[in-house]
Amino acid sequence: MSNSTETESLPGQRFRERFPLLALVIERMLLSVLLLFAVSVLIFGGVEALPGDFASTYLGQSATPQAVANIRAELGLDRPLVTRYFEWLGGAVQGDFGTSWASRNSVSEQVGNRLGNSLFLAGFAAVIAVPLAVGLGMLSVHFRDRLPDKIINVISLAAISLPEFFIGYLLILYFAVNFGVATFPATVFEGMGLIERIKAIALPTATLVLVVLAHMMRMTRAAILSVMSSAYMETAELKGLSAWRAIVKHAAPNALAPIINVVALNLAYLVVGVVVVEVVFVYPGMGQYMVDAVTVRDMPVVQACGLIFAAVYIFLNMLADILAIVANPRLRHPR
Amino acid sequence: MPETSSNLLTVRNLKIEATSYPPGEPPKRITIVDGVSFDLQKGRVLGLIGESGAGKSTIGLSALAYGRGGAEITGGEVILNGTNILALGKGGIRKVRGARVCYVAQSAAAAFNPAHRLGDQVIEASVKHGLMTKEEARKRALYLFRVLGLPNPETFGDRFPHQVSGGQLQRAMTAMALCPNPELIVFDEPTTALDVTTQIDVLAAIKHAIEETDTAALYITHDLAVVAQISDDIMVLRHGRTVEYGSVKQIIEAPTQDYTRALVNVRQTARQEAPDQSKPLLKVDNVSAQYSNGFKVLHGVSLHLCKGQTLAIVGESGSGKSTLARVVTGLLPPSEGGITFDGKPLTPALKNRPREDLRRIQLIYQMADTAMNPRQTVRDIIGRPLAFYDGLRGAAKTARVKELLDQIEMGNGFIDRYPAELSGGQKQRVAIARALAARPELILCDEPTSALDPLVAEGILKLLMKLQEEQQLSYVFITHDIAIVRAIADSVAVMHRGRLVRFGPKSQALSPPFDDYTDLLLKSVPEMEIGWLERVLNTRRMESAGN
Amino acid sequence: MRLRDISITAWIGMIGIALALICAVFAPLIAPYGETEVVGGVWQEADAQFFFGLDNLGRDILSRLIYGARTTLFVALAATVISFSLGILLSFIAAVSGGVIDTVFSRFNDLMMSIPTLIFALVVLAVLPQHLVVLILVMAILDSTRVYRLGRAVALDVAVMEFVEAARLRGEGTTWIIFREILPNTLSPLLAEFGLRFAFSILFLSTLSFLGLGIQPPTADWGGMVKENKDGIIFGISAALVPGSAIAALAVCVNLVVDWLLKRTSSLKGGRGDA
Repeated sequence: MSNSTETESLPGQRFRERFPLLALVIERMLLSVLLLFAVSVLIFGGVEALPGDFASTYLGQSATPQAVANIRAELGLDRPLVTRYFEWLGGAVQGDFGTSWASRNSVSEQVGNRLGNSLFLAGFAAVIAVPLAVGLGMLSVHFRDRLPDKIINVISLAAISLPEFFIGYLLILYFAVNFGVATFPATVFEGMGLIERIKAIALPTATLVLVVLAHMMRMTRAAILSVMSSAYMETAELKGLSAWRAIVKHAAPNALAPIINVVALNLAYLVVGVVVVEVVFVYPGMGQYMVDAVTVRDMPVVQACGLIFAAVYIFLNMLADILAIVANPRLRHPR
Repeated sequence: MPETSSNLLTVRNLKIEATSYPPGEPPKRITIVDGVSFDLQKGRVLGLIGESGAGKSTIGLSALAYGRGGAEITGGEVILNGTNILALGKGGIRKVRGARVCYVAQSAAAAFNPAHRLGDQVIEASVKHGLMTKEEARKRALYLFRVLGLPNPETFGDRFPHQVSGGQLQRAMTAMALCPNPELIVFDEPTTALDVTTQIDVLAAIKHAIEETDTAALYITHDLAVVAQISDDIMVLRHGRTVEYGSVKQIIEAPTQDYTRALVNVRQTARQEAPDQSKPLLKVDNVSAQYSNGFKVLHGVSLHLCKGQTLAIVGESGSGKSTLARVVTGLLPPSEGGITFDGKPLTPALKNRPREDLRRIQLIYQMADTAMNPRQTVRDIIGRPLAFYDGLRGAAKTARVKELLDQIEMGNGFIDRYPAELSGGQKQRVAIARALAARPELILCDEPTSALDPLVAEGILKLLMKLQEEQQLSYVFITHDIAIVRAIADSVAVMHRGRLVRFGPKSQALSPPFDDYTDLLLKSVPEMEIGWLERVLNTRRMESAGN
Repeated sequence: MRLRDISITAWIGMIGIALALICAVFAPLIAPYGETEVVGGVWQEADAQFFFGLDNLGRDILSRLIYGARTTLFVALAATVISFSLGILLSFIAAVSGGVIDTVFSRFNDLMMSIPTLIFALVVLAVLPQHLVVLILVMAILDSTRVYRLGRAVALDVAVMEFVEAARLRGEGTTWIIFREILPNTLSPLLAEFGLRFAFSILFLSTLSFLGLGIQPPTADWGGMVKENKDGIIFGISAALVPGSAIAALAVCVNLVVDWLLKRTSSLKGGRGDA
């Protein structure tokens, strides 16, 4: 029987022992790159493997065999799958996503503008939602099982059950139509001033905040509660420390990592929420672009948007994991 | 006892209740502690002893006016230096906790905050209560680290909790409790989570530190032998009530209650060993094993067991004793060596092993709670091996289940109960019946009594020995308890860090000359004898002086 | 379990769900008008005859709501049942088998989950033909990744218990271990998860329909009804909010029941033996 399990001499192993934190972070980053690559295969290859011929869809009713063949050649669909995948991936890495079938325009140009708009909207929503959610979560823990906590619990439970479009139209009906204090649709264009822009996205931002707030708050509450019930919090209490000091000095450093994780996860959730909200408010972002493309089966646009959304999502998840790794005292101070 | 002014702590008629939430039933009020009274003078140690659920930790925490997990102090008085601390408000009790009364938890690993350095946590209470400046507190911490025999006391405080060993953490927690110069420390099973060879050091350190600082202490444990080393007085508790309360000498040497007597006398009989035979039933030949991550847990272990006999495997946690049992069952196939059972080689991996071989070797676990499916009745639990191995059905199966219940000395009334409706000892008996149902020749017992209270454990051991005699069973009995080994074994194997350090008939294995490890192990096991700790420490000091 | 142990909020939830179910089953009997029947003017105001008013084509909103319950509940329930069976089966196999099977299943699941569900659905629905079965399957498969993750965690919790090891040592097969040893001990959290997935399915289906990728007109469906009537909002006509409220109310009801189930599970686990 062989017994060659001596791995200590490997350079990777030694690096890991000397810099466990760095090694884990690098490992996590590499995993994300790998994941993104796999996702690209899934989005491109999976789509190709599914039934349904693009050329005939593209031509609609007027599809004669000759026309289909011509279109296939024109769109490059007659070449082998693998070749096309690597061309597509090569282009995507350099920011070139090909040409839209519907508009015959460059996908990248459209995406460039709209991605900025979407990130602005999601980012603005995050800036408001994150402190609010964490604050409410702490409040809820402070009043645990008392009236404020129960009220927050019921409201947040209701809020996570509301579809985004319902909240959106409710806000439009009241604030834009009935009271006229906000604008609809949320039109933004290049050269628009920041104040104008913020005014235009007030309602979509409010919708996103409401959508993500309840989730984030409930998860924050759970994260803090699990820290509060740990044995070292009992130790703090038995040391006669004040509640304030116990929370700030003993609970907070340990709750930080889970809360950061909650925030990052919900930011990833925002990225998706943006799709529906953009359609509701006719906001010129990535989400609306993608939904329009799906309706007309404009594959290059769908694939580009799918990949970009997935990339942002994967990036945020990676960020969450890395921050959690860095916040862990066991890894920061190795034996 | 009359209340005297010299009492540091007086507890009178303490009553503690909690609300329990039994599944599928409305919440119930339960009484955890009822009518407990005691006195403690300055500089003295009172041992609180009892089984799990006796309410001893709850009583200990009442000295800090603290109820854990929903426990509420609903009656009685806890008087500390003339003040009833139960009557103090939130602010008042905060001035007592961490300043005048400190607490040492069973699991220091969980009780220390992973985010802060040990030194900062040790001095925190002293500084925050304004008892000393940061500099003074640091100096005192350094002094305490020295007293408690911690390595590199100057830099020890710079470390994080996860960077030091369990025994060191427990001592650091003691330092944390001693730092503010409290009047009273509550030690809540401070050595229970430690191995015996580590326990003796921590015990010695705690004893030394208590003497040095002249602090009073409540010492909570389930081990009478441990408490005998450290206490002046002992209170024996059962089901939240006082059974007996007296000096250590009286409790150990002249107990008045049956329960105390049973605790003191448990397992002091030894069984005559059977002679070794030429054809062993189980033969482990030069077996090594490793986990899938390549970590080697067993190094060339060879031993054997004869039919109808008991082989006791002794060792501390991490010694590989349970792993050896897993290798025999096939759960962890050996990386080297082989196992012979009844003269034929045993298939290494479980999934390739013939059903007949599986039937002949059965395993009994330490925790009967987790070893039985909570959603099956006793009938299903014992009946399944009957159906699985022997194809018994219906009435024949029920008859056999009842027969087995008789063998384990439980009535037929238990047949339709779920495990949650049984006591700890009854669960372990059902687990034994499940093993018997397979008509085994060898039963591997993995610490089957260590989670049980001493009296219940004694009953289980007697049952196992009775069954051995009736059915010619062979046992591999894994334990860390030398007293059990003396009581039931024919042959003994001592394991340490994955290696077999000693193997042979009990009379040889447990008599000198010893190897270093067995010597250390045997000397570390607390004995039910006042002054044992001093004696061992003195011998050690002489030995090291002699070197 | 006795009836009086059920909390008030859970009762509200159950009544709401029952109401929706009754609408779904007896739609033709309850609905005052037909599903696609034009009975009056476009976006006619609500009155005694038309309880919620008329929609963008002059159809009775109440009737369409009742018929819509049928479609919405059926599709969401079908998707949840399939996703649940698939997720639980695969996750339990992974948890019990361990080794290569577990690794392959779990890595593939991680991959599927690294794409947001809605985005994944959009990409796939862009390619596939518009058909009810396709819609249900896409929803089910995407959702089963979430079920898988929970199922595996729950099953692993139980699979490491010694009674499962004892069954293995006895020589029991995988089927016995999954169905007799593990499943009975995981019912409570799984039931709660089923509710959670069902609520999510309702919202997800509505979102897809709202985006024009779910149920196709003229079939009534709550999400689709929001889409049909959304243009009325700018004129202050709240027709789109009626089906929106229905979706929200149903999801709230399901969540109320789930919340109660989860609390019950956790009090079973942590509520005793603290003395």
